[in-house]
Amino acid sequence: MSNLAPSAALAPALPVSASSGAAIELVGVNKWYGDFHVLRDIDLTVNRGERIVICGPSGSGKSTMIRCINRLEEHQQGSIVVDGIELTNDLKRIDEIRREVGMCFQHFNLFPHLTILENLTLAPIWVRKMPKKEADELAMHFLAKVKIPEQAHKYPGQLSGGQQQRVAIARALCMKPKIMLFDEPTSALDPEMVKEVLETMVSLAEEGMTMLCVTHEMGFARQVANRVIFMDAGQIIEMNEPEAFFSNPQHERTRLFLSQILGH
Amino acid sequence: MNLSSFIDVFHSWPSLLNGLVMTVMLTLISSFLGVVLGTLCAWGSLRGPKALRWFIRGYVEFFRNTPFLGQIFFIFFGLPALGLRLDPVTAALVALTINLTAYACEIIRAGIEATPAGQFEAASSLGLKPAQAFFLVILPPAFQRVWPAMTSQLVIILLASALCSQISVAELSYEANMIASRTFRNFEAYIVVTLIYLGLAVLFRDMLSWVGRRFVYGDFATEAQR
Repeated sequence: MSNLAPSAALAPALPVSASSGAAIELVGVNKWYGDFHVLRDIDLTVNRGERIVICGPSGSGKSTMIRCINRLEEHQQGSIVVDGIELTNDLKRIDEIRREVGMCFQHFNLFPHLTILENLTLAPIWVRKMPKKEADELAMHFLAKVKIPEQAHKYPGQLSGGQQQRVAIARALCMKPKIMLFDEPTSALDPEMVKEVLETMVSLAEEGMTMLCVTHEMGFARQVANRVIFMDAGQIIEMNEPEAFFSNPQHERTRLFLSQILGH
Repeated sequence: MNLSSFIDVFHSWPSLLNGLVMTVMLTLISSFLGVVLGTLCAWGSLRGPKALRWFIRGYVEFFRNTPFLGQIFFIFFGLPALGLRLDPVTAALVALTINLTAYACEIIRAGIEATPAGQFEAASSLGLKPAQAFFLVILPPAFQRVWPAMTSQLVIILLASALCSQISVAELSYEANMIASRTFRNFEAYIVVTLIYLGLAVLFRDMLSWVGRRFVYGDFATEAQR
């Protein structure tokens, strides 16, 4: 696990940005895979500009929960409202929500047959109907932001894991999302590449992006999160501000989990 | 047999040339249509509504598991009984295309299924519609993966076009038959035509590998693919 040195500007956790109102609201969300009850009565409100870190053992439902928010997974009960739009089977609503919600995956999922630049411009051109030149400029802007503009004309397979994940973040940002979901963005990376990706995410947090991040990078959680959530067996077991969460966990299960991941 | 016994065959070069042109035309048209329709069938069989999936499944199973000759005969001799009469060349093109579409569908489907689910999820999360995700994100790498198999299948279609002689399409094999019955040089006529098929097949394969480099692999070809 990497420890990010907390910078003075970031410690303690960043304040939630001024504009208020819920960015995401989950009420009584339940989901089953066949007989397996993967999400149980999830209630969660994420305010605009808020950064939430979700941790928990594997199979606890944390990835499934964030994948429900942009409908990569369907929930069977309860309601999910994203940016004021309730998620239903209506494809128009799903499209609308996906345009506002960016996502980064554990395995980057860059498109291997497209250059880095083309990976970034694909959605702006086809979804936002942006002219190619404008999309190229936008893409270069975000590539510069994640500090790899010189890689624009390479293919994903020619980049390191850390660089690929930064490209994936830039690709999501090109759609100018209001909310970013991260699904274990550093879990597939070599240890020395974790830091560069986390730094990119920290700078995103500094700009007030609403972020939901499934990660076990507790240094990142302490530095950036407004709230840390611990999930187990499909339930939110504990939710607290990072300081209280780490120094004084309320539940035995949380204590056990933290002792395991912080203990080595 | 000596070299002079080939002279009768070579004297018929205009009909051999006509046959060659017909074989090339049958192959190129059915290859193009077969790959395009095979791609659409692959999409339908994976993402279409249930009824369509079953229909494509049945179609693929039927045409991959019955002899091509039977398929040609059905289209040329059988369809008129149902009120649809096709001239021999059209019937040959329809038969070749329908046959190739079934194989191409399976080849492309295999390429698509080997694409990690994460690619579709990433495309969806960026707001691309399912059809956009399929044609822009899923299909190009799938094609790269299966292009060698597709190349073999297209060469097979070139060779299978010889069976179209059976419904009197004047392609290479048909011309060989005619020359043989005119000159009684059976062996020589078929040797010459076989060598022409060999040359055509090698040329076609090279052409497809050029198509692969130019349109399928793009800049991102591995050394082996180049």
